[in-house]
Amino acid sequence: MSAKQNILGKLRHSLTGTTPVPDNFDEALVTQIYTYPPEQRIAQLRKLMEAVHTEIHLTRGAEWPALLAQLLQKRELPSLLIAPTTEHGRRITEHWSNHPQLPQLKAYDRPVEEWKAELFNDTPASLTTTLGAIAATGSLILWPTREEPRLMSLVPPVHFALLKASEIYDNFYQVQQQFAWAQGMPTNALLVSGPSKTADIEQVLAYGAHGPKDLVVLILEDQ
Amino acid sequence: MSELFYNAVPNATRVAPPLAEPREYPHEKPQKVYLFGTCVVDLFYPEAGMDAIHLLEREGICVDYPQGQSCCGQPAYTSGYTDQARQVARAQLALFAGDYPVVVPSGSCAGMLREHYADLFKDEPDTLKQVQALAARTYELAEFLLFVCKVQLNDSGAPVKVALHTSCSARREMNTHLHGRELLAQLRNVERVDHSHESECCGFGGTFSVRMPDISGAMVADKTRALQDSGAHQVLSADCGCLMNINGALEKQQAALRGQHLASFLWQRTGGER
Amino acid sequence: MNAALIPTVEVSEDFRTRAHQALGDAQLRNNFRNAMDSLMSKRAASFSDAHEREHLRALGNAVRARALSKLPDLLEQLEANLTRNGVTVHWAETVEEANAIVLSIIRRREATQVIKGKSMVSEEMEMNHVLAAQGIECLESDMGEFIVQLDHEKPSHIIMPAIHKNASQVASLFHEKLGVEYTKDVDQLIQIGRRVLREKFFEADIGVSGVNFAVAETGTLLLVENEGNGRMSTTVPPVHIAVTGIEKVVENLRDVVPLLSLLTRSALGQPITTYVNMISGPRKADELDGPEEVHLVLLDNGRSQAFADSELRQTLNCIRCGACMNHCPVYTRIGGHTYGEVYPGPIGKIITPHMVGLAKVPDHPSASSLCGACGEVCPVKIPIPALLRRLREENVKAPDSPHPVMRGQGSKYSRQERFIWNAWAKLHSSPTLYRLFTFAATRLRALVPNNVGPWTQNHSAPKPAARSLHDLAREHLAKQGAR
Repeated sequence: MSAKQNILGKLRHSLTGTTPVPDNFDEALVTQIYTYPPEQRIAQLRKLMEAVHTEIHLTRGAEWPALLAQLLQKRELPSLLIAPTTEHGRRITEHWSNHPQLPQLKAYDRPVEEWKAELFNDTPASLTTTLGAIAATGSLILWPTREEPRLMSLVPPVHFALLKASEIYDNFYQVQQQFAWAQGMPTNALLVSGPSKTADIEQVLAYGAHGPKDLVVLILEDQ
Repeated sequence: MSELFYNAVPNATRVAPPLAEPREYPHEKPQKVYLFGTCVVDLFYPEAGMDAIHLLEREGICVDYPQGQSCCGQPAYTSGYTDQARQVARAQLALFAGDYPVVVPSGSCAGMLREHYADLFKDEPDTLKQVQALAARTYELAEFLLFVCKVQLNDSGAPVKVALHTSCSARREMNTHLHGRELLAQLRNVERVDHSHESECCGFGGTFSVRMPDISGAMVADKTRALQDSGAHQVLSADCGCLMNINGALEKQQAALRGQHLASFLWQRTGGER
Repeated sequence: MNAALIPTVEVSEDFRTRAHQALGDAQLRNNFRNAMDSLMSKRAASFSDAHEREHLRALGNAVRARALSKLPDLLEQLEANLTRNGVTVHWAETVEEANAIVLSIIRRREATQVIKGKSMVSEEMEMNHVLAAQGIECLESDMGEFIVQLDHEKPSHIIMPAIHKNASQVASLFHEKLGVEYTKDVDQLIQIGRRVLREKFFEADIGVSGVNFAVAETGTLLLVENEGNGRMSTTVPPVHIAVTGIEKVVENLRDVVPLLSLLTRSALGQPITTYVNMISGPRKADELDGPEEVHLVLLDNGRSQAFADSELRQTLNCIRCGACMNHCPVYTRIGGHTYGEVYPGPIGKIITPHMVGLAKVPDHPSASSLCGACGEVCPVKIPIPALLRRLREENVKAPDSPHPVMRGQGSKYSRQERFIWNAWAKLHSSPTLYRLFTFAATRLRALVPNNVGPWTQNHSAPKPAARSLHDLAREHLAKQGAR
C-alpha cells in the first residue's frame, strides 16, 4: 500500500456514514462592508497602502513617464528595469528618447539564469504594470508574464507600479468572480500590499526585509 | 509608524467577549427560585450564599435551598473524570426538578449547568431533555438580579473604590461579565476602577491551581498585583473559586486588600443586615 | 556553517521543570508579555466591529468544516489539478517519509544548498537537522527563523519565531555569529539579515516553503507573508518544494477570501499581508523565471488520527494564526520553548498529542486553567478548551480501555487518582455522606494544617467556615417558614 492509499483509506474510513457539510458560502460577508462608491476607491486604497509606507502618486496617461523620470532622478537611481515590448514600456522608451540625460533603461528579456548576478546586484529599480488593485485591503494585483516575469517586482530594491484608476476593484472576492480566476490561474499570481516588511525583532516594524524597500504606485486617474 | 503596528500599552479589557444569542428573560419575577449554593460557597463563603438569599428575598422571592445539593461536578469534569462528574451531576438533577429558576452565585458553576451538562448526558436522550430544561432556567446571580428582578439598588454606604474581577466562565460561557458592572453602577458612592489585564484569568482553573502551582501562582501573582495597583479598596467577584484563589494569595502575600463576593457587597451596601 | 546549524542546546525533559525555569526568567517574561500585549491590541483594533468578526468567524468555521467533511475527495482533486499544472505531488504518512522524499529530490538535483521560507511542517520534519546530517545546508530565510537558527534554538511562536528575544539579544547574536558591528537598531539588524540572506537566495539550489491554503478547485498553493522571503524561496531557486499538512486544503478559490482575512487580522492585526503568493505551477516554456520544478509533499503525521474522531477533528480547522497563543495567559508566562514541541500554546496542546503521542506530552492538556481565551479568539472557532478537556479524559483513561482514539492515551492513568475521584463522586452524590463531610470540615476547621500541598505554595491555607451554607440556609429558611 502506498502512503497515498493509506492516508486516503484512513480518511475515508473516518467519514463512513457522514454527509459533506453543505456549501452555504455567504458572499455578503466578504463583500458588503468592502464595497465603495467609485469615487472613494482611490482614497480607500491610498489610505491602506500609505499606512504601510507605500508611496502613491496620482497622475495621468499623458504625464506619467515624465513623473517617473522625475522620481527616478530624485532618488538618484542609475537605471530602471522595464518591459520594452509592452505598451507602457514603449511609452517609457519614447519619453526617454526625447530626454537623453535620464537613467539607463534595462530590459528583462532573457531567462534569469543568463543575468542573475546583474539582476541581484546591479538592478536598483523596476517598473511593472498591474492587473488592477483591491480597495478593501490596499493590494495591487500582479500576474507576472513573459514580459514582466516574477522576479521583476521582487528583487530590485525599488518597485514602481502602474495602476489604472478604473481598475481599482472593491474586494478580492469581486476580483475573483469578475475575472473568473477559478477558471484558470496563471503559474504565479500575486497580491502586493506595500513594500516588504517585518516585525520579527521585538515587534518593531522595519521595511525592506527581503523584497523591495520602496513601493511606488503611479495611479493613472484618467484611465 | 503605521497605526497597524503601534506599540500597545497594556490596559484593561482587551478581549471583547463573543456575541452570544441574546438571552430571553421572563417578564415577571417568579415567586420562587432554587438556590444552587455551590460547594465552594458552602464550605468557604457561606455568607455569600446567605447574602444571595437575602437579596432574592428582598425582591419578594421565596428561596428554596435543597439540602441534598453538593457540587455541580465541575472539578471532576475538567479533570477528565467524566463518569464521576456525571454521577454527581445526576444527583443534583433530581433536587432541582421543579419548574422554577435555579439561581447560582457563581459564573463557573452556572456555566457547568448551562453549557456542559448537555455534554455529560448527550447519550441519554431522556436525561438530556431534563438537562436542557434545567439549563434554560439556570441563571447566574448578577444576571438574575439585573434582568429578571430588575433590582434598583439604593446605596447607603460610604464612598469606596472597588475593582471587579469577573470569572472566565462568567465572561466567556455565561456572557455575564458586564452584569456586575451594571449592578455596581447603581451604587452612587461606589467607584469601580479598572485593573490591568482585567479580562485575564486569575489562575485558579480548579485542579489546575494544584496540578500546575508554578504557572497558576505566576498568574495569581500578576492578578493580585494588578488589583493592588488599581487603587481599589476592595476586590469584588461573583465567583468564589476566583475569590478563594485571589484572597488566598493576598493573605499569603500579607497584603491588606481582600476580595468579597458581589452578593455580600451588594447586600451590605444597601442596608442589609446579617 | 553546516555543523553549526545542528541544534545542540540541552533542554530539560520535564514540562514542569522548564515552566519553572521560564517563570523565573524576568527578561523572558517581559519579552513575551510585551509582545503578546501588542499582538492582542492589534488584533482587537482590526476587528473593531464585533458583529462582522463573529459572522466572519462563523463563515471561516463553515469553510474549514466543509473542506474537512470532504477531505479525501478534495486531496485527490488537488493532486489532479496540481499534476495537470505540472506540479509533482508526494504523499507521506510520517516525517521520515517526508524527509526521504525531500532528500531524494535533493540527491537527484545534486543540490547542496537549500533555502527555506517559513514552514511549520518543515519544523515537524526537523528538516534542517535531517539535511544538515546529510551535509546539506538548509538555511532559514524568515528573519525570525534565521535568528533562532543562528542561535541553535527553535521557534518559540508559530508566527513570530524569535519573539522571545529582544533587540539587544539579537544585536549580540548577530555581532557574535555574523561578525558584524554591534547595533541594536532594528532597521540595521534587518538590513544585515537581508544582505546575508540575499546571497543565499542567489546561491540556493532548492527552495522550501510551507503552504497556507491549498486550493483543490484550481490546484493552487497560496502563501502569505510580509517579508518577501517566501516569494524568494519559491521563485529564485530552480526547484521549489512545498511541504504541508493534509488538512490545509480548501475546496474553492473563493473559500480563501474569508480565511485570508481571518488569518492576517487574527495573527497580526493586518487587513492583509504584504504578499499573497498564489503558485499554480512551475515555469512554463515561454517564461523567463520561476522554478523549473515544483513539488508538493502532503504530510499526515498524526492528522488522520485526529480526523478519525468527530470532536477531535475540529483540531484540523486550524489555519495557524497564533491568536490562541497570543491570548493565552499560560503561553504568555512560560513562552513557547517550555512546551518542548513544534507547536506551542493552546493549538500545540491539542495538535501535538496526535503527532507525537499523548504519552510524550502528558502534562500539556493539564497546563491550562481552561479560561477560554483561546476558544474566544480562534478565527475558525475551534473549541480549544473543550478539546483540552477531552484530552484530559483520554489521558486518565485506563491504557487498555476499549476503542482507543489516540496514541499514548492513558498516559496519566493512576489507580490511586481514579480511586480518589471515585470517592469524591460518591461523597458528592450522597447527601448523607456530604452532610457528614461538611459537618466534619466545619467543626474541625482549626485542624487544617498550614501546609496543604501545592495550594499553600501560592496561598494561605484554606479554612472552612464555622458553619456551612447548608446549615445557615436550613436555619434561616426554617425561621422564614415559621414566620
